[in-house]
Amino acid sequence: MAHAAAIPVNPGTLATSGPKVQGPPVTAGKVAMWLFLATEIMFFTGLIGTYIVLRAGSPATAYSDKFSPNQIPKDVAVVAPDAKLYNWPLPYDAHTNPLSIDLTAFNTFILICSSVSMVRALAAIQKGDKKKLTAWLFVTVLFGSFFLGVQVYEYRSLMFEHIYPKGVSATGHFTPDVSLFASCFFTMTGFHGAHVAGGVFMLICLLLQSLRGTYTQTHHSSVELIGLYWHFVDLVWIILFTVVYLI
Amino acid sequence: MSNEHAANGHGHADPHAHGADHGHGHDDHIHPAPTNPLFKYVFSTDHKVIGIQFLFSGLIFFVVGGLLAMAIRWQLAWPWKPMPFMARFMPSWAENGYLMPPEWYNKLFTMHGSVMIFFVIIPLLTGAFGNFLIPLMIGARDMAFPKLNMFSYWFMPPAMIAMANAFMVPGGAPESGWTSYPTLSNSFTSTPGSYEAQTWWLISLLFAGVSSLMGSINYITTIIMLRAPGMKLFRMPMTVWALFITAILQAFALPVLTSALVMQLLDRVAGTNFFSPAGWVVANGPAVVGGGLPLLWQHLFWFYSHPAVYIMILPGMGMVSDIIATFSRKPLFGYKPMVFAIAGIAGLGFIVWGHHMFQSGMNPALGATFMLSTMMIALPSAIKVFNWLGTMWGGRLQFTSSMLNAISFVAMFIIGGLSGIFMAATPVDMHIHDTYFIVAHIHYVLFGGSTFAIFAAIIFWFPKMFGRMMNEPLGKLHFLLTFIFFNGTFFLMHIIGMHGHPRRIADPTVYEYLRGTGTMGLNQFMTLSAFGLGLSQLIFAFNFLYSIFAGPKAPANPWHANSLEWVATDSPPPYFNFEKIPTVYHAPYEYSVPGMENDYVPQTQPLPEPTAHTVVEKA
Repeated sequence: MAHAAAIPVNPGTLATSGPKVQGPPVTAGKVAMWLFLATEIMFFTGLIGTYIVLRAGSPATAYSDKFSPNQIPKDVAVVAPDAKLYNWPLPYDAHTNPLSIDLTAFNTFILICSSVSMVRALAAIQKGDKKKLTAWLFVTVLFGSFFLGVQVYEYRSLMFEHIYPKGVSATGHFTPDVSLFASCFFTMTGFHGAHVAGGVFMLICLLLQSLRGTYTQTHHSSVELIGLYWHFVDLVWIILFTVVYLI
Repeated sequence: MSNEHAANGHGHADPHAHGADHGHGHDDHIHPAPTNPLFKYVFSTDHKVIGIQFLFSGLIFFVVGGLLAMAIRWQLAWPWKPMPFMARFMPSWAENGYLMPPEWYNKLFTMHGSVMIFFVIIPLLTGAFGNFLIPLMIGARDMAFPKLNMFSYWFMPPAMIAMANAFMVPGGAPESGWTSYPTLSNSFTSTPGSYEAQTWWLISLLFAGVSSLMGSINYITTIIMLRAPGMKLFRMPMTVWALFITAILQAFALPVLTSALVMQLLDRVAGTNFFSPAGWVVANGPAVVGGGLPLLWQHLFWFYSHPAVYIMILPGMGMVSDIIATFSRKPLFGYKPMVFAIAGIAGLGFIVWGHHMFQSGMNPALGATFMLSTMMIALPSAIKVFNWLGTMWGGRLQFTSSMLNAISFVAMFIIGGLSGIFMAATPVDMHIHDTYFIVAHIHYVLFGGSTFAIFAAIIFWFPKMFGRMMNEPLGKLHFLLTFIFFNGTFFLMHIIGMHGHPRRIADPTVYEYLRGTGTMGLNQFMTLSAFGLGLSQLIFAFNFLYSIFAGPKAPANPWHANSLEWVATDSPPPYFNFEKIPTVYHAPYEYSVPGMENDYVPQTQPLPEPTAHTVVEKA
């Protein structure tokens, strides 16, 4: 390498002589975070779009209260004339749908609360209040962890504990392989759960930093960026909850 | 207000953004150069080193993919004749007299496509040239996030290892094509290659995809945030524009492929039912509940992979624009239309994926809309071609080996583009779908287009990368042989394709109409040309490696070009790129400006007053 030249001096003064730089008035971190969220939106669009297409393409006789998913006999009208047939499990229909909407609605409320506490955390440090930042971050971590705990509990009861009727699953347990509905449910909520877990991990890092007093009124972009991510994860959940549980 | 190092990962956030009049440049501090060779050359955060890492790994995989292609051609010309050299590598073939087992042919074309697309063309164009050129061309010290950049390279080796591992697992390499359509791909029992290798293929692509995503976020942020003073968007070289738009394409299309790969992976390892039909059993394998749609994979896959074919050509278009303007000693004809044409191609690229699925059973009404949008791409493509011709028209052309490769990019892209219109028309596509016509088309675009652009770009920027010049006579010889053998290999595929020669078939002689000396003679001619094409690359390899160590020392600006990497820094640039961040006064295409002493005006040099007015307005 033939650069014997000394390390150059700070070129910042150059800007006074030449034309001004063309960059927009945001930080690189924020641009990158928005781009990252855009890629995440496309990823979840892939999953949600798949769900919509698969559900629309599911035949009217895929689910029934008397037979396992996709194992409904061709002559069902003769064999079991009173069987109800669906193209997709309906909400609150215990014959085909094992999901507890009440529990998850409460969980959704908790996640929305965590977004509120995240807003309070950012607002606190924007005013320079380090103690409130720590407190609200702690609350956010708590809400996020609670959400994850409920999701783990939900998965556990679905996959291992409860015995469900035939219309839900041929095996009695609700696992990803028992039906298309189960595949979609576990993939979508599972990837969202992984994002929440990542968010909680980052929030814990923020919390530890804030306990050390790292963030100040002028120096807290990590709080803002991770806050953006957290709100995104919350927003995705509202869509997923609507699409997977409610409709 | 929140311009901290902590979140930006690095202190390169634009120092000038906050006020030109008080130079608070502490953000622009220059890190000391790493002295430990491990961090200087291996785990480097320097965009130039990372670019060269991508270059070398891409070229190594180019050899792998090329050898796979040679094996494909051997089998097509002389079906079931013992393959030379393979006795040494394939002891298990001994019982068969070293004949290629039929499923091996499927492994060959699957891995040839996967390696060439995901490990050669995309990493070379976006990874190697994107990394190396973007900061140098916009006047930045490095990428916006150098560490993220390092990770984007180091996500590739796991992908490469997974892909290589796919050859060695029980059942051998995957066999479902680089498109990996279910149902062949998502049942363990459908083919030997789907037994285990398909899973490794999926894992490999997931890693490669994450690498590309990190890269594209970094490129976009860098181009938005770190341009030198005066580097307005419409003063950026076409290369940067092309890489910018490519990065946007990648950022928005690739996550959809990621979701599709994840779903196929789950279908295989977790028993989900996304792509398997209801009550589906293959070859006495276990029954699955199913209920999913195999066709859905094609939609998701092509939603990424059609934009991906533009990811594989747009950077080449950008680099070729710069190279042609430089060696024509003329301003690029129609700079802004060129930018808008790239943006137009990229935008249309998102709504044409269905033209890969005309024969899949998709609704023909839907096919008609895809046909229309696909044909619209001919417009921006034609704008680009005419502008390249307009740039060369009346110029003082310098036929360097780089320029020859660039011109042949234009010529071959025309052929590849025209054959694309054949395929876009649904009635014509019914005849040529899945024939060698499509193989000819893809190779005219990806070899005749992208690979010639890569050759041109390697020769053009070699002095900047390694500080030495490549050998011109050898470069011209390599170009000439490559050009002849390339056309000898791929042009005839149009003809046998029209004759109905299917692709992805190990032995064409099973069909009466392909048994004649016409078809098989052409097949043999193509195979000999392909071997010639492969051997010609040895000249390039020799020239490349010899010149790195023993080429003549390169001056800072050997081609008398205008853009910042030539006029504002050395060859090769120091690790901090520029001693002073340069100031930019105009677009990089001011060649042969009347009344100037030199026939080029560096971007760092203001134009003389009367000229400045007219030329800048025109640009």
